Amino acid sequence: MAGHWRPATLLDHRREAATARTLVLHVAGWPGHQPGQHVDLRLTAEDGYTAQRSYSLAAPTSGDTIELTVQRVPDGEVSPYLVDVADIGDRSEVRGPLGGWFIWNTDQTTPVMLLAGGAGIVPLMAMVRARRDQHSTTLFRVLYSLRCPQERYYTDELGHHPHDDGLEVFFAYTRHAPPSQPRPPGRLTPAEIATHGLPPDLAPTCFVCGPTGFVESTADALLALGHHPRAVKTERFGPSKGSP
Amino acid sequence: MTTAHPPQPRYVDGNALAGPLAEIFAADLTPALRRCAHCHTVSAVAELHVYTHCPGLVARCPGCETLVLRLVRTDHTIWLDLGATGCIQLDLT
Repeated sequence: MAGHWRPATLLDHRREAATARTLVLHVAGWPGHQPGQHVDLRLTAEDGYTAQRSYSLAAPTSGDTIELTVQRVPDGEVSPYLVDVADIGDRSEVRGPLGGWFIWNTDQTTPVMLLAGGAGIVPLMAMVRARRDQHSTTLFRVLYSLRCPQERYYTDELGHHPHDDGLEVFFAYTRHAPPSQPRPPGRLTPAEIATHGLPPDLAPTCFVCGPTGFVESTADALLALGHHPRAVKTERFGPSKGSP
Repeated sequence: MTTAHPPQPRYVDGNALAGPLAEIFAADLTPALRRCAHCHTVSAVAELHVYTHCPGLVARCPGCETLVLRLVRTDHTIWLDLGATGCIQLDLT
C-alpha cells in the first residue's frame, strides 16, 4: 500500500535550472503511479535524525524507476541536499504514490489545460509525458508562468518535442523575458488565459499548480472566464510543502 | 511602476494530507468529497486549506475556514481529530 516507506537509491540526476535538479530513483517494488501524483521522500542522518518532504513525480511510470524534479528552497533543510549534494548511489526512502485528486487519467479524451507557476510545472510535465507515451491525441494547452528564462525547466523538451502534436505552450515571464519574446514581463492575465488557453465551451479539465498566490489568482480567473468549478483542479506548493 | 505583491496565504492544500493519511487509512481520502456542516460548501479533501506551521497539520474548510481535521504525529503515536463539522463521501469506484 501507499502508506509504507520503500528504500530508494539515486540512479541518475539532471540539472534543470540553477535552482532545480531532476532525480532518477530506483524504488524496489514500486507499484506504478498516475501523472499528477506525488511522493513523500525521507532522509535519515547517521544520528537517526529524519526529515521528510513531498515532491511531485515528473514522469510517468517506468518500472521500478521514478523521476522527481526538486527546487531548492532558500534556507531549506532537505532541498539543498537533493539539488546540489546527493550523488549516484545515495539512499533515501519513498512513500507513495500519493494523491488521487490532482491526476490526469490517460484514457480521458476531453481537452486539458495545464497552468503552471514556477516549479508547479513538475506534475504537469508528468501529464505531458504520459500523453506522449500513450500516443494520446487529447488537446493540451500549457500556460507556464515563470520569473525568467534561467528558471525554465525541461527547456529542450517542453514545446519542442516532435511527438507532441496537439500540444501548445505559452510562456508568461513575470520579471525578465528573453530578448526574442515580444511580451513584456508581467503576471499571467485572465485575457492571456482566454487567448492562449481553451474556451469553457470545450469543457476542458484545468490543472493549476504552483505557489499558493499563483494558484488562487489563476483559479479565480478560470472561474471568471466561465470554467466549471469542478473542472478546475488545483495543487498548491506552500513555503514548506510540509510534513507533520 | 511598482507592483504590489499580496501577502502569500500561509496554507497549502489537502493534497499534502495524502501521505500522512496513508499511514492511517487503506483508501486515499484526498479525492473524497466533503460537505461542510457550517457553510454547506462541497469540496474534495484535496481542496481543504492545510496549515503546516503548527505542531502537526491543521485542515480547514475552504469555504468558511472551520476546523476539519487535526493530525499530530510523534515517533510512537498519531493523534487524529476529525471533529464533527461535516460529512465525507468516499466513492468506491
